[in-house]
Amino acid sequence: MKKYIDTGKKDTRSGFGDGLTELGKKNKNVVALCADLTGSLKMDEFKENHPERFFQIGIAEANMIGIAAGMTIGGKIPFTGTFANFSTGRVYDQIRQSVAYSGKNVKICASHAGITLGEDGATHQILEDLGLMKMLPGMTVINTCDYNQTKAATIAIADYEGPVYLRFGRPKVANFTPADQNFQIGKAVQLQEGTDVTIIATGHLVWEALQAAETLNEHGITADVINIHTIKPLDDEAILKSVKKTGCVVTAEEHNFLGGLGESVARVLSTQHPAPQEFVATNDTFGESGTPEQLMDKYGLNASAIVNSVKKVIARK
Amino acid sequence: MADYKALEDLVIQVRRDILRQVHKVNSGHPGGSLGCTEFFVALYNELMERDENFKMDGIGEDLFFLSNGHISPVFYSVLARAGYFPVEELNTFRLLNSRLQGHPTTHEGLPGIRIASGSLGQGISVSIGAALTKKLNKDKHIVYTLCGDGELQEGQNWEAIMYAAGNNVDNLIVTVDLNGQQIDGSTKNVLPLGNLKAKFEAFGWDVMDIEKGNDLKAILTGMKKAKEKTGNGKPVCVLLHTVMGNGVDFMMHTHDWHGKAPNDEQLADALSQNPATLGDY
Repeated sequence: MKKYIDTGKKDTRSGFGDGLTELGKKNKNVVALCADLTGSLKMDEFKENHPERFFQIGIAEANMIGIAAGMTIGGKIPFTGTFANFSTGRVYDQIRQSVAYSGKNVKICASHAGITLGEDGATHQILEDLGLMKMLPGMTVINTCDYNQTKAATIAIADYEGPVYLRFGRPKVANFTPADQNFQIGKAVQLQEGTDVTIIATGHLVWEALQAAETLNEHGITADVINIHTIKPLDDEAILKSVKKTGCVVTAEEHNFLGGLGESVARVLSTQHPAPQEFVATNDTFGESGTPEQLMDKYGLNASAIVNSVKKVIARK
Repeated sequence: MADYKALEDLVIQVRRDILRQVHKVNSGHPGGSLGCTEFFVALYNELMERDENFKMDGIGEDLFFLSNGHISPVFYSVLARAGYFPVEELNTFRLLNSRLQGHPTTHEGLPGIRIASGSLGQGISVSIGAALTKKLNKDKHIVYTLCGDGELQEGQNWEAIMYAAGNNVDNLIVTVDLNGQQIDGSTKNVLPLGNLKAKFEAFGWDVMDIEKGNDLKAILTGMKKAKEKTGNGKPVCVLLHTVMGNGVDFMMHTHDWHGKAPNDEQLADALSQNPATLGDY
């Protein structure tokens, strides 16, 4: 099985910040908007390099989304930055009407997604954002797994014409995907080859899936591990190809099982190739305060939870 | 010097278009549309510097955004009669497969529309964005917005109003259709707006009134004055005092016709008060 090396823990939000810095240098149409979280979103360098293209909106997210939509008229490519909670639920109608329905080229970049936001607790830990965003017609939804991938995705979405929701997180996590990767929107990445089970993971759960696959391998179970960074449009082909081989699937995400990646995978399978599926996700609940590791453990969002689900799903084959 | 006779003729024809659109599908919003007819006619035919060939990017021309999208009948009529799309297309208002949706949208590709509106309170933010892009592009043209007075009850407006003044967005003229009415009654009874002039001024805007908001001459004089106020570090607000349902006696001074179509008899009465000038579609 392939070996993946953690080259040093880094936060995915820094991948966004560094990607934005690079974009600032190479694309003069890129503008950045922030709702009073410049440091948290790692947008300081862009702000320093291009003060004329950085817009501090203040604590007014609805206005930020509207301004971003308007800025596209005349050729700018706005990247908005705030926490995932304030990037989606708080401004759903603004995104729906002024961005998605109006077909505007806005990149909604959302940090501190999911439960790994940690100690701030449930008011800030959104576990519903993927569902909210994937339901919007025309919206592309991306959830990257590490620093390198977040940086690559940030750069890639500037070249894509249309609204995008890019989701990343707060904590420092393993950085294991190649620094020079070619990020292709909508294209799944196969990380491990196996025959007994398919593990489809997104975001912070991708590294956990790789750890789970190693443990399973020690017990003689081989897993296809697929990194779905783009939840919409979903790479149906990669999912079907793998599940036709393995006959069962575990999906893993830092999100409510209602509305998340797992449900999107279930739709593909139920209509084209029904197969047993288990969900590693939160169980229709809010989060709470704690360290990211404690929370991932308590809410069953780590490698051992994936291993348990794999055993369960294989028994159902 | 504006050709007032031609503008007056257009106003009357637009009123007919509004009434006939909403009557045909027995739905839509005639009251606010009629109240803003003179403003739209003046804006598109005398005030805006605009490219006859519609381009979404709007570089090198003035832009207009309608925030209170429910007054689409007047917007569609004025756009059609300004040449953005065939006047006959007004026949398709609110019908299945039409580009003339109940509320304006870019989704069906109707020329002249740059943003969807209908869910209220979003237009000023969008206009600020377009105005900021004009500044980045070193484009000296102006961004115009129209919003309803009742619409100002939506909180997002005040985020936008604070931002525009705090960031010197001075290539922006926001006109408030001050008709004092909303769906459930007068703004006074539903949720008082207080002293809007004082409010906008307190936020740092340059504010002026057009007291006769249904008088073409007053609108042109006032809006030209508003234009002169741009470029001086402050966003400009025009409080346009209008009468809802203007031009049709039984629709005036009431909220009853906010979102209700006339029946056959009422249509005939309303049209007789506005005899055709340029020909119906």
